[in-house]
Amino acid sequence: MPAPSILRFEHVTVSFDQVPALIDLSFEAREGESRVILGASGSGKTVLLKTALGLVKPDSGRIFAFDLDLTAMDERKLFDIRSKIGMLFQESALFDSLTIEENVAYPLLNQRAIHCPPDQVHPRVVEALDFVELGDTLERFPSELSGGMRRRAAIARAVVTGPPLVLYDSPTAGLDPITAHTIIALVLKERDVSKTTCLMVTQRYQDGNLLANFRYNSERGSLEPARNGATAVPRTVFMVLREGRLVFEGDQDRLEAEADPYISKFVKQRV
Amino acid sequence: MLDLLKGPVLVVQEFFLLAGRAIRNIFRSPHYETDIALQMDDIGVGSLPLVIMIGFFSGAVMAIQMSRALRSYGQIGKTGMVVAITLVRELGPDLTALMVAGRNSSGMASELGSMKVTEQIDAMRALGTDPIQKLVTPRLIATCVMLPALTIIADFVGIFAGWVISYTLLGISSRQYWNSAWRALEWNDVAQGLIKPFVFAFVISLVGCFYGLRTTGGTQGVGRATTHAMVAASVLIFILTYFIAQIFVFQGQS
Repeated sequence: MPAPSILRFEHVTVSFDQVPALIDLSFEAREGESRVILGASGSGKTVLLKTALGLVKPDSGRIFAFDLDLTAMDERKLFDIRSKIGMLFQESALFDSLTIEENVAYPLLNQRAIHCPPDQVHPRVVEALDFVELGDTLERFPSELSGGMRRRAAIARAVVTGPPLVLYDSPTAGLDPITAHTIIALVLKERDVSKTTCLMVTQRYQDGNLLANFRYNSERGSLEPARNGATAVPRTVFMVLREGRLVFEGDQDRLEAEADPYISKFVKQRV
Repeated sequence: MLDLLKGPVLVVQEFFLLAGRAIRNIFRSPHYETDIALQMDDIGVGSLPLVIMIGFFSGAVMAIQMSRALRSYGQIGKTGMVVAITLVRELGPDLTALMVAGRNSSGMASELGSMKVTEQIDAMRALGTDPIQKLVTPRLIATCVMLPALTIIADFVGIFAGWVISYTLLGISSRQYWNSAWRALEWNDVAQGLIKPFVFAFVISLVGCFYGLRTTGGTQGVGRATTHAMVAASVLIFILTYFIAQIFVFQGQS
């Protein structure tokens, strides 16, 4: 029996001022799956994530999250669905006027469906920040942190409520290779420790490669290769977008065997 | 021609939709009291020194300029009356609103615009908060409370400045000045003087937030939104001043 459907797009088209951003997009992400979304700038990757969260309304087509039709919901009903979806925005999108502690506590205090008792807020915030190894930044403001630290704090905010689905929008964009590796290690840690489904938008093939072939060893506290070993890695599906259209969907082997020059362009970046 | 009109009509429609939602949210929970208090502090207390200064100098200038004209009719004793009527009906509400528009409408546009381009507005929605409820409604409430209060202060400071000039430079007795000022004001003047800032408060807060929330194009877009907000709010204040004056003048005549 296949795993339950977590997110399903059915012929979704989105456009802004009559310029199409997503065209007739259909796919289904199942529980425990990792999806890596590749594509050039402006190919609609970020719009896809925002549409999945109900932040952008499609012109046509339907979107189901946890088997509920997002396209039929008003903003207030969407808030309940969004409490089950964590999102890391491209530029972190931490609230400048709030401390890191207040930022991470924000979803616990504001998402109606979470019902977090007030005395549990602080411990959960500390736990989430310890998870991303930022336990000593509670009182600091986002502007006082480096780009990588901000990205980690934003991951803590995205996962503090324990959502079953997490969306990552270019988590490594603009970061140096070492910090980028740390961020992807956190993505894997979240996926393997909390058993979440994840969609990750990226322009770097190596990020997807890590997701597909490594797992987080919680005993050793580090990543380990797992593709050919005994420890199974959650199924990783690669998707490639081109000018709003889904031009590839499949596993890493199929992706690497693709002859299409646009698709193989992303694979060649492998290191 | 129809295509040319589509854009502006759409903008006006979006503005009224935002205004409708912001007003509706006043009566819906959750209410963000802390944000309202913070905005009241920023708009009210933050603008106070500026408004006192503007009120004082406009009152002083009115007294000096009007005394010249009044002297030629032998009516210099009516300086208090002219200062009071001009300030309470027009200068007080208009100058205060223009100052607050310059300071806060542009401030709101730049703050919300920066949040928009850094995806903080999207993050807010993703994390279970309605940005209009959290950002626009508190600013609307705070401006509606603080602008009339600031206007009253500006009016009083202006009339006081008129007295300082009248007493020290024009040789008018305090009793004569205050009597003339007090007796000149009718219910119609006070009503106009208080309805105006209330209407202007809607313009200042909603125009600022509207331009902020529709910011696109990075930091350059934030600059554009700030300028547009200030210009639009100032122009609307002048246009509305005319219409409110018309309504009250017709009402007074009838």
